[in-house]
Amino acid sequence: MQVLAALSGGVDSAVAAARVLDAGHDVVGVHMALSRSRAEHRSGSRGCCSIEDASDARRAADVLGIPFYVWDLSEEFEETVVADFLAEYAAGRTPNPCVRCNEHIKFSALLDRGLALGFDAVATGHYARNLPGPELHRAVDPLKDQSYVLAVMGRERLARALFPLGDATSKAQVRAEAAARGLKVSAKPDSYDICFVADGDTKGFLRDRLGSAPGPVVDETGMQVGEHDGAHAYTVGQRRGLGLTRPAPDGAPRYVLEVRPTTNTVVVGPAALLSVDAIVGEDAVWLADDVPATEPLPASVQLRAHGDPLGARVRRDGDTLHIELDTPTRGLAAGQSAVVYAGSRVLGQATIRSAHRRAA
Amino acid sequence: MTHYLDHAATTTVRPEATAAYAEALRHTGNASAVHAAGRRSRRILEEARETVAALLGCDPAEVVLTSGGTEADNLAVLGTARARAGTRVAVGATEHHAVLDPAHALRREGFGVDVLPVGGDGQLLPGALDALGHDTAVVSIMWANNETGVIQPLGEVVERAHSLGIPVHTDAVQAVGHVPVDFRASGIDLLSLSGHKVGAPVGIGALLARRETPIVAVAHGGGQERGIRSGTANVPGAAALAAALTVAVADLDREADRRRRLRDDLLAALAAIDGVHPTGTGLPEDRRHPGIAHAIIDGVDADSLLFTLDRAGIAASAGSACRAGVHEPSHVALAMGWGAEHARGTLRCSVGWDTTAADVSAFAAVVGDAVGRARRAHRS
Repeated sequence: MQVLAALSGGVDSAVAAARVLDAGHDVVGVHMALSRSRAEHRSGSRGCCSIEDASDARRAADVLGIPFYVWDLSEEFEETVVADFLAEYAAGRTPNPCVRCNEHIKFSALLDRGLALGFDAVATGHYARNLPGPELHRAVDPLKDQSYVLAVMGRERLARALFPLGDATSKAQVRAEAAARGLKVSAKPDSYDICFVADGDTKGFLRDRLGSAPGPVVDETGMQVGEHDGAHAYTVGQRRGLGLTRPAPDGAPRYVLEVRPTTNTVVVGPAALLSVDAIVGEDAVWLADDVPATEPLPASVQLRAHGDPLGARVRRDGDTLHIELDTPTRGLAAGQSAVVYAGSRVLGQATIRSAHRRAA
Repeated sequence: MTHYLDHAATTTVRPEATAAYAEALRHTGNASAVHAAGRRSRRILEEARETVAALLGCDPAEVVLTSGGTEADNLAVLGTARARAGTRVAVGATEHHAVLDPAHALRREGFGVDVLPVGGDGQLLPGALDALGHDTAVVSIMWANNETGVIQPLGEVVERAHSLGIPVHTDAVQAVGHVPVDFRASGIDLLSLSGHKVGAPVGIGALLARRETPIVAVAHGGGQERGIRSGTANVPGAAALAAALTVAVADLDREADRRRRLRDDLLAALAAIDGVHPTGTGLPEDRRHPGIAHAIIDGVDADSLLFTLDRAGIAASAGSACRAGVHEPSHVALAMGWGAEHARGTLRCSVGWDTTAADVSAFAAVVGDAVGRARRAHRS
């Protein structure tokens, strides 16, 4: 096959490309330039965007002996991932930009351009397994598993995706393999932050891009208990940094229960009110053959990156996914993905639109 | 097998230049030193300078050796603006960034910058020189454009500028060794050239600067090269430049005819594709570079097209500046009146002394398919 290996400049994508090469494929390395201000030399490693990352990716391709190109996808990235990020926060939700990047950039803009140019597949350094079918499964290493952010791509695109690191038993193993292959990125730190938010300052980024207006923080009864400097900087379930001026009557900690962008209001309350067990997801994507349209399907669901799988019954109604949890969970933010699993296999996913507590 | 059609970016080092370079490398000795070893190096340096001067129609004392074209351009623009009393500088809209950027950097020193517009054919508009005035310290108009190969009407520029007492600089990096260049006859005051565009190694170039043209140093130090370009002389580079230029100029007319045929074959292959707009084909031959074929192509991203050509063994270029591996929209195409979309869809093929008809045939065989693929990959 002719394979495009997405090279971020990090260790995972470099080893992934090496493994595809070992498998006998014709591999070309591509680094996606996603930042609009490519000139900046940012310190540290964020896995994309900076000139240093592009340079690390180029050197990895040199070591592997594969052709290397930089593709400018910054416009697409701004129009989809960054725009969605801002719109979701502005609407009081908490988006996952990595999911949107996989949906719109890596397995859409990059893959489509690759297919048009004569390639068969895109390989990335994600930790997940793509088994014949295609079936998307969790990675062997549960600590690194990234199937949660990949479920969005759908079957057709999954058939064009290669995840050579899905079988890796640990990140240490991947680093050791990189070192053995002479890849200089073997000791490069992992990236955790949102790549397009400089210094990890999401609040500052939102303030710069969305502006901010002070507004009230109210408790569950509607009484004002403080003031915020921009509602979109708050996330459901958040406890720290609320700046409350009046303590709760019982002295118990309070959490963000809801963000109401239309009235620029943040609602806080006790932990008990964060509990939900009925979830509605929109824009459902289903990877498995049988769609649970009539009978609810017993399954497990993951509701946040690195979250635990929870027992549930799932039913799909067109683009809408209805999830009933076996036991309630806390602090669920609209905008995150709900991913449905059967064991290690991903069945489908949707974006959480709302969550509530079923009547007892 | 790679078919290299990017000689305007850098061309194959000529064997004569390699030999001269290797021979000069054998001698130890700083050309500024007073001992025998220094004198031997100095002799190689000065012979090279005399050769370059003779080939380009200037005095040896007017040859200021530099590290390349960019340094020569910076020295000309910054050094002359700072040496003269004027408060403005004028540059062509399609200049190389080695001229545009120092001009704009002069804003921080209080200079105004006049960017002289070009027409759809890439040549200065008839009224463009009206922007020149008695307060203009220097005007810089390139000889041959590095993207399109369009040659500017320098005679008119010199006449107008000199009537106002303004010195004229020209970036002749793409012209020297490719078209006839006679510095004295041209009336030009400052001329930049680069070794690696004529078959010398990267790292040597020159600014031809008339003795009477005011200019001050940009980089300060040991006072070499008339005190305006400090730094230990690059003796092997100078020897290689002289050797490469000797071959290039000796064979210039015959070789230019040969390259024009290759260029026209490249353009014919491009013109056979729908939605391809060759640049400069309406201009008289003396306004076109013999070795640069340039076109603007509907519905492609230069990066995709170059990618596909590279996969097919063809090394070509968008012509425009490349930052961190990504091409910027061509400021040359924009200046010629194309929109942003087309300014991203440029292709430059350039031929050199070792280009053969087989290279051009290889390009012609794959370019149609490459454009088709790039168009499919283009965002709709």
